[in-house]
Amino acid sequence: MAPVVDTLRLSAEEALGLVERREVSPGELHAAYLEAIGQRDGELHAYLRTSETSDGASIPIALKDVISTKGVETTAGSRILEGYVPVFDATVAARCKAAGLTFLGKTNTDEFAMGSSTENSAWGPSRNPWDPDRVPGGSGGGTSAAVSGGLAPWGLGSDTGGSIKQPSALCGNVGLRPTYGSVSRYGVVAFASSLDQVGPVAKTVRDAALLYSIIAGRDASDSTTVELPEPVALPESDRLDGLRIAVPTQLESLDAIEPGVRAAFERTVELARELGAEVGECDLPTSYRYGMPCYYLIAPAEASSNLARYDGVRYGPRADATTYDEMVERTRDDGFGAEPKRRIMLGTYALSAGYYDAFYGQAQKVRTLLIREHREALERFDVIATPTSPTVAFPIGDKAADPLAMYACDLLTIPSCLAGLPGLSIPCGLSEGLPVGLQLLGPQFGENVLFRTGHALEQAIAFDTVPERLR
Amino acid sequence: MAISRDEVLHVARLARLALTEDEVERLTGELAAILDAVGIVAELDLADVPPTSHPLDVVNVWDDDEPRESLGLDDVFANAPARDGDLFRVPPTV
Repeated sequence: MAPVVDTLRLSAEEALGLVERREVSPGELHAAYLEAIGQRDGELHAYLRTSETSDGASIPIALKDVISTKGVETTAGSRILEGYVPVFDATVAARCKAAGLTFLGKTNTDEFAMGSSTENSAWGPSRNPWDPDRVPGGSGGGTSAAVSGGLAPWGLGSDTGGSIKQPSALCGNVGLRPTYGSVSRYGVVAFASSLDQVGPVAKTVRDAALLYSIIAGRDASDSTTVELPEPVALPESDRLDGLRIAVPTQLESLDAIEPGVRAAFERTVELARELGAEVGECDLPTSYRYGMPCYYLIAPAEASSNLARYDGVRYGPRADATTYDEMVERTRDDGFGAEPKRRIMLGTYALSAGYYDAFYGQAQKVRTLLIREHREALERFDVIATPTSPTVAFPIGDKAADPLAMYACDLLTIPSCLAGLPGLSIPCGLSEGLPVGLQLLGPQFGENVLFRTGHALEQAIAFDTVPERLR
Repeated sequence: MAISRDEVLHVARLARLALTEDEVERLTGELAAILDAVGIVAELDLADVPPTSHPLDVVNVWDDDEPRESLGLDDVFANAPARDGDLFRVPPTV
């Protein structure tokens, strides 16, 4: 039997239309994606496990493996959660179910969402559908590879310092890191709690907005969440008249930005001008020098505390030992991979007596500066635009041995995450035949202006989201 | 910034990690390089800047103290490596 749909091309909105008009049943749609997974996931390794059953009345979705799914193993890419089967759904999973979405499976991630390539997954890396010798980005490389490889119409990721935006850029997806506090983290494996947010990955801005509207809003089980101040507006307009876009002056002197990425970015800014936007300059003097150092103190500090719960007592594998202390220490050394250990050590050091003020305390103050300088820029402009990633997708193995080189992947995504701001990445062109991402940043709860900006640019750019080699 | 082998062992103890000899050696080098990179935050004079622990201006959330259904014991123990009746079984603590 021929597949009922072309999963590489079908947007979630189109898929919803097929189901609503009863041209395709939810079961047939689910089966079509499973078939695509059967064909291509041997190469891409986007999924850690898939679900044969489709009991929803709507279209399918892929979920990053940090999102708890009742009855389905959830490992966060770590051996220390091997065999862990949640007994409840994360709020975001429950909201997807309530909307009728069927779960295609759990997607690969760097261990505990710590990484920018999925190479830190205990279960092996995912591959970029545009070039399988290259990384799909990370930590949410599995979800992004699935969406761009036609293995899911859309999916959910989680973002601490760029784990939705950066893989979306590297795979040619649309990815939204929502405003801190807009989406519940209840049931989501915690990494750094003052930064973690769940958000959508999709083929179009409208799809991302639609999925965001399904998951966002106050949840009594996560007291950091609030009701959205305004409902999600699906973008319609092709124009950007009256919109004020800022480009940070500091971008010009950042050598880390590849020439091809810079060229695609500059073409897109010009395009925004042609669509009626006013483009000006803003100043983010602290962001690109101190953002990364600030993040790599705060996030590991919070991670070292969050990951203290993995002690071999309540869940996960347990190391053989004759005393309790030995059991805990050996379970953790056996269960955590190199990157979580590095961050636990770094975070523990930064929080330890004698170093707390110089490292963690100072980083918290830098965070205040980052919030202030973004606020000042967004008082004069509606949106800040930068490239999402300084580079296109890099070869697997290229940065795996150098933690600092890997950390630098998030140079441009990190500062706004520390400021709690929403960020949307959309594909804005190719460099060396690989996707380049445009990052759009807005004020807190400014998702609608990001959707509006992203949608108009998306129409003008007309990027083909299907990887060239799969067309 | 140099970090000594003894400091690495001390931090590993605080973090409850039984690092192998190879890991101690590798982390001693890696942490020194990372601390050099992140330590540049010390360049800034931030004496008058308040710290941020949370990016939203949130207020405390209160909830009515009403009993609600919680997980059953079989669910609570579903993933436990070792159960002893209604307790998690662990090796001796002393």
